Amino acid sequence: MSARESILKNITANKPQLVELPAIDLNDVIQYNDLVQQYKTVLQSIGGGTVELQELSSLQEEFATKKANGDFVVNRIEALGEVSDSLNTLTATDLAAVDTAYINGNIAVAENGAIWLYESNMGNRLLPFICQHLVIVIEKKNIVPTMHHAYNQLETAKEGFGVFLAGPSKTADIEQSLVIGAHGARSLIVHIVG
Amino acid sequence: MSHNSTMKHAEAAANFIKDEPRTNWHDETLWFVRQKRDKAAHGLPEWEQLREWASQIKQHTLSNLDNYLLEFERNAKANGVTVHWATDGADHNRIIYDIIQKNNISKIVKSKSMLTEECGFNEFLHAKGIVTVDTDLGERIVQLRNEAPSHIVLPAIHLKKQDVSDTFHEHLNTEKGNNDPQYLTEAARQHLREKFIEAELAITGVNFAVAETGGFVVCTNEGNADMGAHAAPIHIACMGFEKMIPKAEHLSVFLRLLARSATGQPITTYSSHFMKPREGQEMHIVIVDNGRSRQLGRADFRNSLKCIRCAACFNTCPVYRRSGGHSYHTAVAGPIGSILNPNIDMKANADLPFASTLCGSCSNVCPVKIDIHDQLWKWRQVLVSEGYVDSTKKAGLKGMAFLLARPGLYRFAGKMGRSVMRLFPWIVNNKLNPWYKQRKMPAPPKQSFRDWYLQNKKQ
Repeated sequence: MSARESILKNITANKPQLVELPAIDLNDVIQYNDLVQQYKTVLQSIGGGTVELQELSSLQEEFATKKANGDFVVNRIEALGEVSDSLNTLTATDLAAVDTAYINGNIAVAENGAIWLYESNMGNRLLPFICQHLVIVIEKKNIVPTMHHAYNQLETAKEGFGVFLAGPSKTADIEQSLVIGAHGARSLIVHIVG
Repeated sequence: MSHNSTMKHAEAAANFIKDEPRTNWHDETLWFVRQKRDKAAHGLPEWEQLREWASQIKQHTLSNLDNYLLEFERNAKANGVTVHWATDGADHNRIIYDIIQKNNISKIVKSKSMLTEECGFNEFLHAKGIVTVDTDLGERIVQLRNEAPSHIVLPAIHLKKQDVSDTFHEHLNTEKGNNDPQYLTEAARQHLREKFIEAELAITGVNFAVAETGGFVVCTNEGNADMGAHAAPIHIACMGFEKMIPKAEHLSVFLRLLARSATGQPITTYSSHFMKPREGQEMHIVIVDNGRSRQLGRADFRNSLKCIRCAACFNTCPVYRRSGGHSYHTAVAGPIGSILNPNIDMKANADLPFASTLCGSCSNVCPVKIDIHDQLWKWRQVLVSEGYVDSTKKAGLKGMAFLLARPGLYRFAGKMGRSVMRLFPWIVNNKLNPWYKQRKMPAPPKQSFRDWYLQNKKQ
């Protein structure tokens, strides 16, 4: 008998009687009066920065300045200017040199500061992790209260990869001292537009 | 890394507490993490409802696990992922070694996976002359020191920053005596970036596997699982089969509970959802049993398979906090380890269910409502009846049972004990009495509760 068959056979023999799945009622879940304020407060508490914008012009300026200074910036947001395509041809070594990446977020979660990014937003799966600094733009109307609301709107199986990203990379593995910038991005600024 | 499996918990704990200031520091540090968990939990009015949902989802999944595993396998294969099945640790190690050999791989990065620790994977590869680089900062620190992780979420929690500084000075050439965590973390970042970029294989664990989509979720704060998996041409994800959940929407319940229970964070920095390999990449999943199907058949203990490895039970446990993870001589320490490990090896781990005060704090903080302290108590009974308890403990328990079954004798013995302690305190206050270690004996009461009660009842 193969390992697969014997494992499945043992599970079938040993599993308990069928128990029903619970129904998750969103009426039981926390509500926030001000989603934007809640989002900003949580993100700041986990090391991220927030900027509220009416429109993207100030971010366009920042992006243009960085580019003019010769910083290696990668842009995935059409409204900001020229979009870097064919990122999949870049190697990890190439991407390790990226100073700042600009990426669109799909959904932001007020309870925990997380933002969902589909692979198509990133252009390359490695980009939001390996860049030194990360800038994400989200629309105000796409902030939802909790993870339940987020999953109700998402299709996690739509693309090959996706991530809930909450703040910059961090660690507290040395004597519980919080250090920002472990392996991933050293900073995250979220621009909330609308 | 290997555990000293010949030393029992009590003996190893006695060594741990020899350094009193360090023991106190360890205790307080973990209690601080427990307090952060409380703050996060109290921030959600629905916390208890969330625990109940999580528990019910896991109960349901266990009751239909064979079908969910088949559904998961079918969907993962359709996504272009190769699925392997391993009955035990040796099987798991061999499957990965075959992939390594076939692709002539020598550069491997691995993010945190307690399963690979359980399977003795690093030692297995080491014996074959192949080195894996652990990339979680805490795991890298203990790997360089040739130690095992002492905690499943905080692998280097037993170490002080000067220990890390010394280790990094020796292996990564950092300044001697520079104990700044920022400086030391930066050194590890630079050192491990090289490893990620040149990696030929990335191995990760799995936090949740979703039957409905064939996808799996890996959670980290550092980003090390993603750095490896998205850079290397081959990704192998290893999971115990209890990581299964039915649908993607159930992730909401578990991701809300996991980091809050573990460290008090609202969510881990990265909750990465892997579906398909990227273009040109190979992706494998290894589904491991290693005794889990046997545990599923033990009605009293099967609920332990609901565990999501948050370690809240470690941080709250008065015994763990004061004895350190290495005293448990197994990959998963703490209260949950003490109910999982006797299933894997009853003889070697017979001491672990006794490393508890049965205070029940573990069960109270468990996000999936495992009745941990009840199971510890039930394991004790199984171990005694199977003959895995040493003769002194057995004789003590038998003597106690004899005494407690004879009320007259019990009352006489109590009276004698009180008189002896009052008249000849040195008989109990000496090193031969194990209860005198680290404690003062209490002042003996003049009368027993029973005598007091009978006297007062009359009035």
